[in-house]
Amino acid sequence: MKVKLIELAHARSGDKGDTANVGIIALKPEYYSIIKKHVTADKVKKHFGNMVKGKVERFELPNICALNFLLHNALGGGGTLTLKHDAQGKTISAALLRMEIEVDETLFRE
Amino acid sequence: MKDYIRIASGQGYWGDRFDAPYDQVNEGEIDYLVMDYLAELTMSIMQKQKSRNPDLGYAKDFIPLMDTLLPTLVEKNIRVITNAGGVNPVGCMLAMREVAERQGFRDLKIAAIYGDDILHQLDGLIASGNDLKNMETGKSLSSVRKQVTSANVYFGAKPVVEALQQGAHIIVTGRVTDTGITLAPMIHEFGWKNDEWDKLAAGVVGGHINECGAQASGGNFFAGWQDVPRMERIGFPIVEAYPDGHLIITKHESLGGLITEQTIKEQLVYELGDPREYITPDVVADFTTIELETVGKDRVKIKNIKGKPDTPYYKVSISYFDGYTCIGNLTYTWPDALKKAHKADEIVRKRIEYLGLKFDEIQTEFLGYNASHGTTAHKIDDPNEIVFQIGVRGRNKADMQKFANEIVPLVLTGPPNVTGFGGGRPRVRDVIAYWPALISKEMVSPKVLTIETG
Repeated sequence: MKVKLIELAHARSGDKGDTANVGIIALKPEYYSIIKKHVTADKVKKHFGNMVKGKVERFELPNICALNFLLHNALGGGGTLTLKHDAQGKTISAALLRMEIEVDETLFRE
Repeated sequence: MKDYIRIASGQGYWGDRFDAPYDQVNEGEIDYLVMDYLAELTMSIMQKQKSRNPDLGYAKDFIPLMDTLLPTLVEKNIRVITNAGGVNPVGCMLAMREVAERQGFRDLKIAAIYGDDILHQLDGLIASGNDLKNMETGKSLSSVRKQVTSANVYFGAKPVVEALQQGAHIIVTGRVTDTGITLAPMIHEFGWKNDEWDKLAAGVVGGHINECGAQASGGNFFAGWQDVPRMERIGFPIVEAYPDGHLIITKHESLGGLITEQTIKEQLVYELGDPREYITPDVVADFTTIELETVGKDRVKIKNIKGKPDTPYYKVSISYFDGYTCIGNLTYTWPDALKKAHKADEIVRKRIEYLGLKFDEIQTEFLGYNASHGTTAHKIDDPNEIVFQIGVRGRNKADMQKFANEIVPLVLTGPPNVTGFGGGRPRVRDVIAYWPALISKEMVSPKVLTIETG
């Protein structure tokens, strides 16, 4: 079945110049491997479409069951250059959690 | 040696909640109060202030804050470390001395850390072959040299440690890293060596937790913001550091907020690049070995932090003038709010063309519809209201001003049911762009100056 990533993870995002970073953290340790398998750099790039002009990089933090994404050229130039309302990419974390991924139905059974 | 020290975060940026430092000092025991005031744009604003008045160029709010806090700080023997010195740490130190002497505090040691401001050395540096290439674009600084408004080296914890060893009670720095001001007291108190990489990395992790204030203690907390107690008086984080390099993150019990593994994890990933290489002037920290453990209410232990040797470079933060922006907005309501907003956009763009205004970029966003989440946002069929926002960026100030004059007239000349024009014409703002570069550590050295009140 399909679920939104928000069912499996929480997140925070921020900026470094024109690059946004999004860290997503599994809500339960058992969700980490699913997130790691499904939320690839390619999928994230596709998810954001024209919002991210550059490449997407992914880094793993298995110790805290988290993935960190760098979205390059995603903030309209960043800093004071940008005309975007969300100049610092603070809300991009929630936008990523809209992503739908395929999970096994047994996952949510206690 | 103390069993542990408590380092409290009092300010996540210049303009953060003003009474957080009071609460940190008054509501429980701490040894150090650390406050971060600086961002790239701040340095540029401070340079402008200093050029008008050579006594200014630091975070002015810091002085009245200290005026109020000083008696308690002295009584409780709490030392203060802050980068409030901006582009004039010595000026900030002198203002601080005046406050202390007026209150009759003698033998108080105040230190300034400077030498990070290389604005007036840029030409010499460039001439001697340091082209201060932009780390992102590879271009050399000479291409924007004339527009540069500030240039500061990021120093690490070492000069702060030196000031602590000289006995300074209050340390005001220029551009010292946000993490360095939390790491420094650990090095000083526990005698950590320059090559004890894992311990230094632990201090950096503590600094990363402290540097954004309440973001580690329940502020901006995605996983459970609904249940954070008393956000109106949220407790800022306190890093309890131990000599062996483990930390306990906590907060004062009497204050609001929340410290859980989840709040800490969210802050750990904030503004993170490659988690294996968190580069600072003192050490390269690895965030992928860290282990978290809840050890009590609002107490999370962080251990097994690893570090690697520092790099031969300091990071340099350069800001330069790069044209102007102007952003205007109007609110359109039901019925057909979105259609009206689109119509307004069409009209402004045709006016720009008709008036022959030239811009490098024009961007429209519909707030309340999809401005933040763009292509990922879900459809809204019949919104009650939409804020139409249009911004332009360019180099011709006259064209910018003409654009600014085009927004409010839409109220009488464009689609109906429009409001939100109370602010009048939007402001034309300077673009201060950011130029990250590296400089060899041999080229610059931090200076420490400690004075005593009399």
